[in-house]
Amino acid sequence: MGHISLKQVTKSFGATNVIPPLDLEINDGEFVVFVGPSGCGKSTLLRLIAGLEDVTSGTIAINGNDATMIPPAKRGLAMVFQSYALYPHMSVRKNIGFPLKMAGISKEEAEQKIASAAEVLNLTDYLDRRPGQLSGGQRQRVAIGRAIVREPDAFLFDEPLSNLDAALRVNMRLEISELHNSLKTTMIYVTHDQVEAMTMADKIVVLRAGYIEQVGSPLELYRSPANLFVAGFIGSPKMNFVEGKDAEAEGAHTIGVRPEHLTVSKTSGQWKGTVGVSEHLGSDTFLRVNVEGLEPLTVRADGEVELYHGDTVYLTPEPSKLYRFDADGKAI
Amino acid sequence: MARAVTTQRKTINTAIAWAIGLLIFFPILWTVLTSFKTEAQAISDPPVFLFFDWTLENYSIVQERSNYMRYLWNSVIIAGVSTIIGIIIAVPAAWSMAFVPSRRSKDILLWMLSTKMLPAVGVLYPIYLLFIKMGLLDSLVGLTIVVMLINLPIIVWMLYTYFKEIPVDILEAARMDGATLREEILYVLTPMAIPGIASTLLLNVILAWNEAFWTLNLTAAKAAPLTAFIASYSSPEGLFYAKLSAASTMAIAPILILGWFSQKQLVRGLTFGAVK
Repeated sequence: MGHISLKQVTKSFGATNVIPPLDLEINDGEFVVFVGPSGCGKSTLLRLIAGLEDVTSGTIAINGNDATMIPPAKRGLAMVFQSYALYPHMSVRKNIGFPLKMAGISKEEAEQKIASAAEVLNLTDYLDRRPGQLSGGQRQRVAIGRAIVREPDAFLFDEPLSNLDAALRVNMRLEISELHNSLKTTMIYVTHDQVEAMTMADKIVVLRAGYIEQVGSPLELYRSPANLFVAGFIGSPKMNFVEGKDAEAEGAHTIGVRPEHLTVSKTSGQWKGTVGVSEHLGSDTFLRVNVEGLEPLTVRADGEVELYHGDTVYLTPEPSKLYRFDADGKAI
Repeated sequence: MARAVTTQRKTINTAIAWAIGLLIFFPILWTVLTSFKTEAQAISDPPVFLFFDWTLENYSIVQERSNYMRYLWNSVIIAGVSTIIGIIIAVPAAWSMAFVPSRRSKDILLWMLSTKMLPAVGVLYPIYLLFIKMGLLDSLVGLTIVVMLINLPIIVWMLYTYFKEIPVDILEAARMDGATLREEILYVLTPMAIPGIASTLLLNVILAWNEAFWTLNLTAAKAAPLTAFIASYSSPEGLFYAKLSAASTMAIAPILILGWFSQKQLVRGLTFGAVK
């Protein structure tokens, strides 16, 4: 069981209000990702759930029981930190076994649990090493191992992959997703990387300045963003925004069009521009096109397209994939 | 590009380092040498450096005249006990200021340090009176308390800086893992802070051992430590440089040996956190 419910939760540090009144339901077994730019309050929110910070007002209930005043250790949650937060003076075995020791579990049972966690995480050969002798990815696995052995009601991840290099990050992302599939335990995952959010989440919570901008599945957020912020934050490369007469023609203050919904032609189209930068990734080509009177537009074109700096192109948005926003940035 | 260091440059640097080292060490060396001279050689002009008649006479006279072991014992008690009590008080204080700081923590730290800027003689009179009233004059208990209090700000500061270097994440991880405050301090914080605690202990023992102002002013005979032992050879009995040097050598020898064997620990402790 891992149902977490936040009701009218607020948090202030002195006079600074980090989290305004906030309500959120996290269902058992869900993979929820808190995403937002740095300083949006996502880590604070996670720490409030963990109990590492006290709420200023409001209640946090875990499995229907009020946990607001319960200390972190008693909440039945396990946390994986961005810095791994391994105990440097203990071996991997002792690191993973630490929560079991604190829980007063017998040595034999602990050994068994450590061994099975190590096997799941490919750490069996490293059990007697110190964290300092491990690579970043291995350290992160130890941190996850330490969380798994507790068999928590929910896992909390605080930007766990941001200290890893790009290739390893993709691997660990898959591993965490697989772990979720096999354990079926609630996971709450904080990241500023919308790619991680899109690829891993059942439910994404987009935060800005402590406010929840939108909650939904990755594709819901992609297909129908509630406002300009979510539209710009979800999707990679970022959505293009156009204001002025093109927007007015659609009856909106701003229109948004995703790079993948722009068609490129060398002969005719709605907007004429010149290619600024073209990034050939092989599978795709990202073009940055300078259009007179508009902000530069990003286009996702076919991988084989032969367009280079200075070429003249015409861009046309797919009419059915246009997003319209009013003057307040709300979706119409 | 790596900075090129020529052999010549290296030699010069080494020579300068040795010169500075010798300059700092010279007074101690001279004291030790003088302690093996006769009184006449000790004040001879020009001074003799190494070529004199080495004698142990001064040491035996000093031994005869005063009970070295009693002074030594007093020094050990004052330095040892004041350090232990100081650490017991300072660990929780530094812990709370490092990990659960309040808005005033920085001010409190500064205020504590500011007490070290006050000339000690400024509070001699009230403390002396207090000691008389409380019957603590010339007692080990009184002296240990005073020396402990004198060094407490430094212990708290040192421990505070060591604790600050320990990532809060790790303590929070322990909290998430179910550790109580006691277990967190016992299993996680203390093992990680051991180098820092050890060098704080060492430095404090050295400071307490060398503390002269209060030990000279608040003791007469019973509780007098080695600092008073040295002082007793300076003025009242005339200018006996050789004997004074012998007494000084005997007084500083224990702490010098302790410092020598723990210098690695001391240097590591004092530069802890300077290089990540």
